[in-house]
Amino acid sequence: MKVTVKLFASFRTGRFDIEAVDYPVGTTVADVADGLKLPRTELGIMMINNRHVKLERVLVEGDTLALFPLLGGG
Amino acid sequence: MDKIARIDMGAAGGPKVTVGDLGEYAGLGGRAMTSLVVAAEVHPLAHPLGAENKLVISPGMLSGTTGSMTGRLSVGCKSPLTGTIKESNAGGQAAQVLARLGYAAVILEGKPVGDDLYKIIINKDGIQVIVDNSLKLMDNYPLVEKLRGEYGDKVAYMTIGSAGERKLLAASIACTDPELRPTRHCGRGGVGAVMGAKRVKAIIIDDAGMKMRPPKDPEKYRDANRKFVEGLRKHPVTGEGLPAYGTNVLTNVLNEAGGYPTYNFKDGQFPGSAKLSGEAQAQLEIDRGGTATHGCHRGCVIQCSGIYNDKDGHYLTKQPEYETVWSHGGHCGIDDLDTVAMLDFLDDNIGVDTIEMGVTIGVAMDAGVIEFGDKAGAIRLVEEVQQGTPLGRILGSGAAITGKVFGVERVPVVKDQALPAYDPRAVQGIGVTYATTTQGADHTAGYAIATNILKVGGDVDPLKTEGQIELSRNLQIATAAIDSTGMCLFIAFAIMDQPETFQALLDMLGSFHGITMTGDDVVALGKKVLSAERDFNTRAGFTKHHDRLPRFFYNEPVAPHNQTFMMKDEELDEVFNW
Repeated sequence: MKVTVKLFASFRTGRFDIEAVDYPVGTTVADVADGLKLPRTELGIMMINNRHVKLERVLVEGDTLALFPLLGGG
Repeated sequence: MDKIARIDMGAAGGPKVTVGDLGEYAGLGGRAMTSLVVAAEVHPLAHPLGAENKLVISPGMLSGTTGSMTGRLSVGCKSPLTGTIKESNAGGQAAQVLARLGYAAVILEGKPVGDDLYKIIINKDGIQVIVDNSLKLMDNYPLVEKLRGEYGDKVAYMTIGSAGERKLLAASIACTDPELRPTRHCGRGGVGAVMGAKRVKAIIIDDAGMKMRPPKDPEKYRDANRKFVEGLRKHPVTGEGLPAYGTNVLTNVLNEAGGYPTYNFKDGQFPGSAKLSGEAQAQLEIDRGGTATHGCHRGCVIQCSGIYNDKDGHYLTKQPEYETVWSHGGHCGIDDLDTVAMLDFLDDNIGVDTIEMGVTIGVAMDAGVIEFGDKAGAIRLVEEVQQGTPLGRILGSGAAITGKVFGVERVPVVKDQALPAYDPRAVQGIGVTYATTTQGADHTAGYAIATNILKVGGDVDPLKTEGQIELSRNLQIATAAIDSTGMCLFIAFAIMDQPETFQALLDMLGSFHGITMTGDDVVALGKKVLSAERDFNTRAGFTKHHDRLPRFFYNEPVAPHNQTFMMKDEELDEVFNW
């Protein structure tokens, strides 16, 4: 299945900003993060289709997954 | 900080300075000082630009010490923008320098008769108030440049630009950074107009011959500060994200979350957001020979700011903050960082709040004064403010006034103060803060974004109402306390997640004063400040019916979540019921 993965801030370094990626059915957010070698401890904000999700969330065809490190501002 | 200076600008025969002891205000600083003085001493029905109003300037409780992050300066008064009590704080050097001179507060009172313009010089020998009409209608950058010729580089300057002199409701008070740029502003609520009404153009603060304020327990203080700094360096937000990208790293986050107000709150996502993002901004700053990492005051270890150069590599402005990039960017349909940076420079120079000014331009766009996305037009409108044209005076008086003048229904204000860069329909928690804070719409008053969106300090669903009242209440209490310490609010990201860093802060406060501070003491301080502010607002005529968002947030769903603001009025009325 095709999924769009967006990375932000320091997660882009050595990786990419946005990519369409093929994943097997049943892939979770954790699987994607592990595949990209994003340390679990650095994962801050995770969203699928503009909504916050947890690591165990299963992706479906056409999803857009956004991964951010822990960030702040204001 | 064992004294308070009162400067009666309206005294017969010219301004009169009286320096006294702290009395009932002993131990206070920052927002606690400004709000308790205003609540006790300013008539709640006073005209904000009249002689009855007071402008209270106060360094934080720990400002002027060796403690890191202690450079926030609070300015308080009755706000000409909102009619409520107001505390607006800024970084820069002023707090540290004023604190070392021993002043817990400098209070401008009264109002002079006539057109003379004054400057105030505060140094180890005392306070002088001098007429200087050569400064009339100067804007902040040339003004500070001129003053530097006279007072040099080893001082801090607080100034108003032409907007403050014209008493425009968006007018700010600028504080200089370590390199003497007038870039750190007490921005919100029109505090610059109050300084202008008192005919004070500049305050020059010179701490030559003064020392760091000594803690009661120096060893414990040093140790606590070391642990505090370690905690800030260790936390990903304060140790990595903010130094590398600044606050504008939030553009992508809020856009992705569908909470990025676009085209005057008509949409929750902006197609041009990537071009405005903190990632793009930091890279551009570095490519042009500026920097993406810069502290607004000495002793800052977070360094969330930066230097933004123009295409030719010349300094244009400091790194525009997230709220500034949003208000002039997505809110106005503008996707160009150079335009935003020019607007940021103009705002700082004229001396207007970047949130109020940007939101106002978007409201004017909605009215058809110019088109959304009109970059040159946006700059032209702010130049009208600088020139003091009739249109410029309207725009410089903020979004509420501009909306009324141009017949706009969608005006994003609470208590006539413009909403910041988070749509309350997509982030219900921040809507609670906007509606209920004593200050008019203000994100910093109870930054529910942390928990709703960033997942720092907990996890509350931004699209649901559950837990938002308690969250906003607790954040508003904690913020009122932090705003009193002189600490930058960004320390909150680390102290919410790391108990040992919060303990280090308590130990800094305690060892400085030779007492033991607990979390309960911090809560008590926050409640004391909020209670005084609420009491003032009640006496000024504000009721629970003012603690609401504009109706369009309840009636118009916004994409992509297609939600409205769902908090019930009865729930909002519980925020201060502790």
